[in-house]
Amino acid sequence: MQDPSSIVEIRGVSKSYRRGSHVVPVLSDITFDIARGEFLAIMGPSGSGKSTLLNLIAGIDRVDTGTIVVGGEDITSLSETELARWRAGNVGFIFQFYNLMPVLTAFENVDLPLHLTGLSRSQRREHVEMALAMVNLTDRMEHYPAQLSGGEQQRVAIARAIVIDPVLLVADEPTGDLDRKSAEDVLNLMDRLNREMGKTIIMVTHDPHAAERAHLLRHLEKGVFNST
Amino acid sequence: MILLKMIMKNAFRRKMRTGLTIVAMGIAILAFGMLRTVLTAWYAGVDASSASRLVTRNSVSLIFPLPLAYYDKIRHTSGVRAVSYGNWFGGIYISEKNFFANFAVEPRSYLGLYPELMVPEKQKADFLRDRRGFIAGRKLADRFGWKIGDNVTLKGTIFPGDWDFVLRGIYEGRTKTVDETMFMFSWDYLNEGVKKMYPSMANQVGFYVIGVADPNLSAEVALEIDAMFANSRAETLTESERAFVMGFISMTEAIVMVIRIVSLVVIVIILAVVANTMAMTTRERFGEYAVLKTLGYSGWHIGSLIMGEALLITLAGCLLGLAMTYPMVRFFTTELGAYFPIFYVEPLTVWLDFGVAALVGTAAAIIPMRQAIRIRIADGLRRIG
Repeated sequence: MQDPSSIVEIRGVSKSYRRGSHVVPVLSDITFDIARGEFLAIMGPSGSGKSTLLNLIAGIDRVDTGTIVVGGEDITSLSETELARWRAGNVGFIFQFYNLMPVLTAFENVDLPLHLTGLSRSQRREHVEMALAMVNLTDRMEHYPAQLSGGEQQRVAIARAIVIDPVLLVADEPTGDLDRKSAEDVLNLMDRLNREMGKTIIMVTHDPHAAERAHLLRHLEKGVFNST
Repeated sequence: MILLKMIMKNAFRRKMRTGLTIVAMGIAILAFGMLRTVLTAWYAGVDASSASRLVTRNSVSLIFPLPLAYYDKIRHTSGVRAVSYGNWFGGIYISEKNFFANFAVEPRSYLGLYPELMVPEKQKADFLRDRRGFIAGRKLADRFGWKIGDNVTLKGTIFPGDWDFVLRGIYEGRTKTVDETMFMFSWDYLNEGVKKMYPSMANQVGFYVIGVADPNLSAEVALEIDAMFANSRAETLTESERAFVMGFISMTEAIVMVIRIVSLVVIVIILAVVANTMAMTTRERFGEYAVLKTLGYSGWHIGSLIMGEALLITLAGCLLGLAMTYPMVRFFTTELGAYFPIFYVEPLTVWLDFGVAALVGTAAAIIPMRQAIRIRIADGLRRIG
């Protein structure tokens, strides 16, 4: 039975990887819900499975067993093509290393996900300019990633994540490659997105300072949550 | 549109590598185009041959003559429209390195059978009037700077002695495939000389050229002519002009085969070069492809990025190769015109160049595409940072 207040429902999810002849379990029978509008931080030591869990929720990796329902859609039952289409319309991604396309300008990077929508050129422009204004980078839209600082690149990445107005924002170590000041800017921005726009954010981090900004913190160790 | 921009920009991210690959592709296209052009030149005589012409020669070998007396019999064979005859003269102009084809022909009937040799009417009339006159192809006249009225002496090899001629006409080909390097003079002039010097060799011709009324009946006409001279002292072999020319080419079949094999080898080598470039490029960009997939781009979007880049590189190389081919062909025409009188880049070669570029681009992209399409997003993202 779906809880209307939950945006993510995870039921009995397990995941393991094969390394040669060895099977390495990463997540074991994870079950939990994430409420709509939540700002959740997941912490844990390296290899605890937090990035894997994030990838599963975001639909970029497949569960071995269990189900994940996001916004009412059981993403574990979708084909690769359906999953790609679902990601394009529902999930915004923020990566540790920004992962912008180096050959595209800030504007074009933010515009990239919109090419998969049916929006017209002028509608796309409007959305991109709005997203870049939100991260306060209107004046840098024609710059290439190499011409931007790390903090600015991460803000472009955030603009790219929010431009499709996603149901869910997932962030994997979003401040891991930033100096203190830039990290603070990015966290403030995420906080605003959560508070003012009601975006549900799931953030994986090693940084306790970043985790403090979340409303809810969960610790993952050896593939299981050890506290709430 | 954004993918197109990414293809263009991605292709030149590693300028040195892409540049060298384009140059390599250009050289391969140049080599392929030149080899194809050599083959075209080799078969130019075949292309220029007419279905309505037969050639009759001595059935033993081309070096044995036929009596001139056969002319009337052949002329009156049913289905024969016109007959001409001639001899390979084999004369040398000043030195052997100035080689060109020279024939003694019965001028009136010969020019009638070869309307593709265009001679201005006045020059033609002068040529027919003057027994010492000769006509030369435009390229041959240009090569030696001959002008109408110039005296030219050939040293005979088959028919020894110095033979003096006067240039009475310059012909041009109606099409590109017509050889413009030939030298033709009156057979009567040759025969008069032979009568004086070697009376036993007089009134003998090397070959007959026969114009048939209906090309569809060529085979029957050829059989009838050969049957007419069966069991004579000089039996004949009559074949289509195309088969006659092919007979010469078949003597060099091994060379033609080597040229074809080398063309294929060139393609395989450049395929390996481009495939290596694309493999390196794709490996470097696995992370970016993973990000695109994360954003919702499909495997086919990623594939089109790789395929587009490979095709861009190979087509750029193709254009470079074509740009080098034309000057190279001009150079060959100047330097080797005596051996390849018809040497030009035919349109089919240009299309084949583009075809090779497309084929190499496509083939080089297939394995990298497959890898990029199949890579799991999580694995691709792990390669970043």
